[in-house]
Amino acid sequence: MDFSVLLQDIPTLLVVIIGVPGVLAAYIVGGEYLVRRLPDKNRPRVRPWIWVGPALILVAGYLLIPAILTAIQSVESNRVDVLDPSTWGTNFVGFRNFSRQFADFPTGGAWVAIRNNVIFWLIFYTLFTLAFGLVLAVLFDRVKYESFVKSLIFMPMAISSVALGLIWDFMYEYQPPGAAQTGTVNAVVTTLLHHDPVSWLQDQWPTDTFNILNNLALIGAATWGITGFAMVILSAALKGIPGELLEAARVDGAGELTVFRRVILPLMMPTIVVVGTTLVIFALKAFDVVYVMTSGNYGTDVLAYRMYNQLYLASNSGGASAVAIILLVAVVPVLIFNLRQFRAVEARR
Amino acid sequence: MGASIKARALVTAIGAVLVAVACGTSSSASGGTVKVMAEWSGQEQANFLAVVKPFEDQTGIKVSYESTRDLTAVIKTRVAAGNPPDLAGVPNPQLLSQFASQGKLTPLDGVLDMSALKQNYSQGWIDLGTYQGKLYQVYSWVSLKGLVWYNPKNFTAKGYQVPKTWSDLISLQSQIKSSGVTPWCIGLKSGGADDGWAGSDWIKEIVLSQSGPTVYDNWVAGKQKWTSPEIKSAFTTWGTILGANDSNVYGGANEITSASFKTSGDGLFTSPPKCYMHNQASFITSFFTSDNPSVQPGTDFNFFPLPDVSSQYTGAHVVAGDSWGLFHDTPQARKLLQYLTTADAQAIWVKAGGKLSPNKQTPLSDYPDALSKESAQILVGTQIAKYDATDNMPADMRTAAWQAVLKFVQNQGNLDSILTNLDKVQQTAYASS
Repeated sequence: MDFSVLLQDIPTLLVVIIGVPGVLAAYIVGGEYLVRRLPDKNRPRVRPWIWVGPALILVAGYLLIPAILTAIQSVESNRVDVLDPSTWGTNFVGFRNFSRQFADFPTGGAWVAIRNNVIFWLIFYTLFTLAFGLVLAVLFDRVKYESFVKSLIFMPMAISSVALGLIWDFMYEYQPPGAAQTGTVNAVVTTLLHHDPVSWLQDQWPTDTFNILNNLALIGAATWGITGFAMVILSAALKGIPGELLEAARVDGAGELTVFRRVILPLMMPTIVVVGTTLVIFALKAFDVVYVMTSGNYGTDVLAYRMYNQLYLASNSGGASAVAIILLVAVVPVLIFNLRQFRAVEARR
Repeated sequence: MGASIKARALVTAIGAVLVAVACGTSSSASGGTVKVMAEWSGQEQANFLAVVKPFEDQTGIKVSYESTRDLTAVIKTRVAAGNPPDLAGVPNPQLLSQFASQGKLTPLDGVLDMSALKQNYSQGWIDLGTYQGKLYQVYSWVSLKGLVWYNPKNFTAKGYQVPKTWSDLISLQSQIKSSGVTPWCIGLKSGGADDGWAGSDWIKEIVLSQSGPTVYDNWVAGKQKWTSPEIKSAFTTWGTILGANDSNVYGGANEITSASFKTSGDGLFTSPPKCYMHNQASFITSFFTSDNPSVQPGTDFNFFPLPDVSSQYTGAHVVAGDSWGLFHDTPQARKLLQYLTTADAQAIWVKAGGKLSPNKQTPLSDYPDALSKESAQILVGTQIAKYDATDNMPADMRTAAWQAVLKFVQNQGNLDSILTNLDKVQQTAYASS
């Protein structure tokens, strides 16, 4: 290994380590200095903006302005370089980029990706993760080795999603009937269930136009990765339920199932909703598992991957922006609901 | 007072460190570095590094190599961000032409010795790299497509004859099939957005050899409809190779779509064999030998050119290669590119197996075995050489064509709707690029 490459970066590193805190400190000291010069009554109005300023600039620079540029690009043709404002409006195409994405229902344009995101991923990914997370949180709450098993379930969260995709690629590996199965899932299917091996990622069961099987295979891999996240948060909410409440219910003669349904579940509901809406957002922006495992082939495309393909492979920045806007429109209501719910939970504490 | 002394001491110390680092880096990298990016990983990467090793030793210039299977996306991102590699080796000339049209590439006319290049390379390879009268890309290795690989031991054991004509091939495959074994191994998985290209090779070869170079060129240029009888018949002809429900191929559609192009040919070497024939370009030999260290070229694997579908276009072959584009015109990158186009550099590549040199100066004796020598001879003697069709189509069209191949393999009955869809892509793909 040649370490001289690392040495080259040391000056940059020093600038970052010394420079970034330096600039920040100068900003704070300088800002306070200016505020002190103001007349007393103006200070409270100005000071918050000084403190919030850097965050606002970052959000504007990295989120707001790119979003506006994307919206502009989505109604312009590809010839427009959106970073150059003088070209804006020179190739206005109206909603053509969008109409191309919405063309030829149900298999053309972005329809397959929309269906996979909005039906398969949104419903199954969210439900599976919530259900597994909840069941695991409640069951592990009752055993002695809770922290150990919880860390096991949480562990996939530490794996990068590309590695996760590769692992599941191996898990789903297919060999023709009769040959030794190299994929774990197919080994189980053939030896225990005496069923022919299934090519999980390519098989478009039940029909080409409504392929549930391979989409579920992808969703299963993604669920494996995220269940730990749901479990940990739900488990924390479960711990927050006062023991006396459960005791009282049991004294009143409620069985364990009734306690769960009538006491635990209602008390956990706000947390479940917050976790659920977060998962919905994850489901809508699903990308890595699809990218690694199927490249969106065999009817498994999703919006985020379609956007990537439109931009980098097809060099179709107009189409990519249109897909991005569609995705944004789908996510925003969920986002607003999530924020409201989150505030409601906070307010109750 | 005390604080300012401390601060001054700190600044001095940092200054000293910076100076030391600057000196350290400049002395250790005396020859500079060239950043190179390409698709080759594993054995192919090792071969490339072996090619540049003498260059590094001689010039002191370091070659820092980066590999990715998602090359198109990665390079486009890096170019857009203003941070491209110095040199990139790319399998689809269309991508580099696009960069040339955007002014992102350095013309090579002043970088390479053009008169020597014209002597050493046949005009076809130079034309492929030329955009608006200037050379922008140059090939350092190429491969010959449409070679059917077989295991001579298995062929002799069963008394099978190497087919000379298309009808020989069809009767051989039904003979193999009647013995209870699948004639073919096919694997289309590749990774990234590349899945399916290995199947599109079949279509290209059949189009060229069945309908001739004019149809082929029009097809590449987007002037030949996918639904036209010529292209449709290429698919149906491939369908006769695949058999009904892909029954002529080991594992059927499921195996074809889930097996990697790199390993699917290994079925020739299993006992009993999973298949008897495998169609792949000349580069596949390096995968054969790295996967199965015991197999020997000539005795364990050999090839015959895919027979002509129509005798009208005898000796037509599809070729492909990786071409170099120069993004940063640094003296080091120039030197490396000059070196890569020499017969010396290409001889190393050729000796490692799998690659053929486009350079006429590379002696046939440098080819490691009779097989690669033979394919090199075929390449030199090819009457109708056409570059890989899908690699020369706009990216949109190419990806759609590869996906269409996957869909066709899964259900040959959907051919009409698949081709209609490709026509739609054709209408927009060529217009937007």
